[in-house]
Amino acid sequence: MIDLDKEKASRPSFRERFHTWMEGEQDLYIGELEMRPPKNAPGADVKGKKVQQDDGRQEVTREKLKKALASGTENPEELRKLVPDTIVNMAESTDRLKPVSRRPLKILFDKAYPVLATVMCIAIVILLLVTVSWMPPFGSADNPASNEVAQRYIEQGLTETGAVNIVSGMILDYRAFDTLGESNVLFIATIVVIILMRVDSKEEKEKLSQEEEIYTDEKTLEPKNDVIIKTVAFILVPMLLIFGIYIILCGHLGPGGGFSGGAVIGASLILYANAFGFQRMGKLFTAKTYKVISFCALGFYALAKSYSFFTGANGLESIISTGVPGRILSAGLILPLNICVGLVVACTMYSFYVLFRKGGY
Amino acid sequence: MTLNQFLQNLPFFSIMIALISGVVCSVLPGKAAKRVNAGVIVTVAVLSAATLVYTLRTGTYFVYTMGHFPAPWGNEIRAGVLEALTALMFCIVMLLSLMGGYHKLDEEVEPGKVNYYYVLVNLLLTSLLALIYTNDLFTAYVFVEINTIAACGLIMIRQIGRTIEAAVRYMIMNLLGSGLLLLGICMMYGITGHLLMSNIQESVAQLAASGEYHVPLLVSIALMCVGLAIKSALFPFHTWLPDAYGYSTISSAAILSSLVSKGYIFLLIKIIYRVVGFEVFQETHIVNVLFVFGLAGMIFGSLSAIRENDVRRMVAFSSIAQIGYIYMGIGLGSELGMIAAVFHIFSHSASKALVFISTIGMTDMSGFSRKFIRLTGAAYRNVIAGIGFTVASLSMVGVPLFAGFISKLLFAQAGVSNHAGKLLPTMIVLAVSTILNAIYYLKTVIRIYVPSGVKDEPRTVFGANKCYTAAIIGFILLNFTLGIFSQPFVDMISEGLSMFA
Repeated sequence: MIDLDKEKASRPSFRERFHTWMEGEQDLYIGELEMRPPKNAPGADVKGKKVQQDDGRQEVTREKLKKALASGTENPEELRKLVPDTIVNMAESTDRLKPVSRRPLKILFDKAYPVLATVMCIAIVILLLVTVSWMPPFGSADNPASNEVAQRYIEQGLTETGAVNIVSGMILDYRAFDTLGESNVLFIATIVVIILMRVDSKEEKEKLSQEEEIYTDEKTLEPKNDVIIKTVAFILVPMLLIFGIYIILCGHLGPGGGFSGGAVIGASLILYANAFGFQRMGKLFTAKTYKVISFCALGFYALAKSYSFFTGANGLESIISTGVPGRILSAGLILPLNICVGLVVACTMYSFYVLFRKGGY
Repeated sequence: MTLNQFLQNLPFFSIMIALISGVVCSVLPGKAAKRVNAGVIVTVAVLSAATLVYTLRTGTYFVYTMGHFPAPWGNEIRAGVLEALTALMFCIVMLLSLMGGYHKLDEEVEPGKVNYYYVLVNLLLTSLLALIYTNDLFTAYVFVEINTIAACGLIMIRQIGRTIEAAVRYMIMNLLGSGLLLLGICMMYGITGHLLMSNIQESVAQLAASGEYHVPLLVSIALMCVGLAIKSALFPFHTWLPDAYGYSTISSAAILSSLVSKGYIFLLIKIIYRVVGFEVFQETHIVNVLFVFGLAGMIFGSLSAIRENDVRRMVAFSSIAQIGYIYMGIGLGSELGMIAAVFHIFSHSASKALVFISTIGMTDMSGFSRKFIRLTGAAYRNVIAGIGFTVASLSMVGVPLFAGFISKLLFAQAGVSNHAGKLLPTMIVLAVSTILNAIYYLKTVIRIYVPSGVKDEPRTVFGANKCYTAAIIGFILLNFTLGIFSQPFVDMISEGLSMFA
């Protein structure tokens, strides 16, 4: 692959090598990086020059069309099938994106724009810094923020919510409505990523895999069966999972909770998928799994909290008790809600990874 | 529990129903999700109407604790006349916008992803309701996030190159706006120590009187205003708007233009009244800045619209001008200006969504071309869309009997009664902008009624698409209601604004 003699003869200077390393094109130790966008992929950055959008695809498509025409196919529908949708969309939609005529005013604007933007940014930074200098000192006891609100959280948080961890008591009991919104932010973010990335129909999938064959070699898509990663993952994944579960379950007793524990579990799932491949992960976690888990978790969260809001606001007796602080089964709804949040966070993290990586579970 | 007590639960019910249905829609097939979504919007509209009647009867607002802990410790929502009225209007416009776009949704969205569209719409409704009812700044921020992401999904669920590009632009500009809003809220918390709107207002009044923390207070208000101005596409920050409205599927365009940006403006009005306090806000010069940029938007938005050759983008540019009107009303810094701004939120929602919905009917009958010249005679090819477009255009221009006339009248009244030297600019720009509006809207109306001269062109039979026809008729009625029976609405708005203070 790399001609060693040639390489030695024209050995790049340290500066150049540092530059290429910074650009992510080359690893100083092992040469070519393992994961790197294929050179002809649209938008790939080769030595500072952007590859022309889609020139590779268009060329391939052109050749295909030529062949088809040569073999006597004249049915327009069949010919259309040979052209990937992305190119058609691009052709339909780039007409307005072409550069406008290069008038002198436009050139001046293009030159002045980065300068003005920088000046503007610096001005805003200075403004904000000046403002910060006028803010109350950080951590001082007579700050406006250390008022009766924080006082009650600290002094009565334990008795009122039953949670030893005040933060959990605050986010899942005092201000549970905000957290309900926050977990829905994660949910809707995943939905949007699914809309953007998920490849649904079989035809699309086939087309995509055909295009992939042309533009990528194997190593760019799936990680290699690397012994080191596999061994490390084999040891780490169970530990990470257990640790994540612990963080979630003890969120009301000590530092932790659904958000942090869910992140740990999500990270361990990603590590597992990286080490052992998506096929094995696919047995455990599919799109359906995500749907069911997020539906159950968010549905339970919303219903449970609705009950709690309803009883609280109308002064009704609630069947949820705070229990004995310090026990695992205490603090009312906080434990189940932590589990819900944890599940949603873990699923969101893993889904993001999978969707961005290969457009489906 | 008495009936009155029970009625106070209605805003809470509407938020929760919308939220839970969003989660439910994610596991339903597309058609069922559509039904659930329509049902939910109708239910929420009924609940909002009941809340409106209740608040009008009692003549006062009420506060509802979300949970077992009272306000500065727990969350709370607050409902008055204006909140309930806005919620009701938003529900009606949302339902009609969706009805007008059902047939396009099936074409433009992948079949496996249709139910996600309704997830987005339901959560968007949740966030709008929460923005309307919330009495807590941080809750507002959380739901602003949901609103932003849902809107982004609505833009790019029709997956062509331009919508992806539009969604990226939208995301970048709107996250900048969210970031500035969050910074503003954080500073506000730092100097007042509260997140609950009522408590902040008290502290701000004290701070403004004593002059303490003057700089952070000013910067915090400015950051919140700029953040929300970016998110609602005030003039210099409007670059994300034309493509987002111009290429997304038609229901999305209608919902985005008539509800999403208006939700942020409603939040801004709420912040002005409930967080900063109207008097304190007037004393800052930020109000003048909003005024100037509102005026600039009115002119430049219309100019861009006139230059545009693509109908959908022309309509999108017109939104920038209309947002300019609203900010001008806010910038007048008077009670009347604010009433005019709120009324324009309603009238613009009713007309702009109608413009979008009727445009799609005409472009579909003109070979799916959006070029202006291809629309020649489109009103004969799709009669109901032509009527809808005409009504909406007349309303946008401000012809009497239509909703737009009342808002222009209110703006003019507010301008005349202003003593801060804003009288002349308001009147001149209002006149110029109206003429500009007339140029591009009436030009289009004339174009669609010019016979194309082609014999036996395909025509849609009146009422061929029942849902679409019903949506347009609904919008037309809404426009006439706002235009002819405007006084009750104006009274309700002024009563609601007085409850804000």
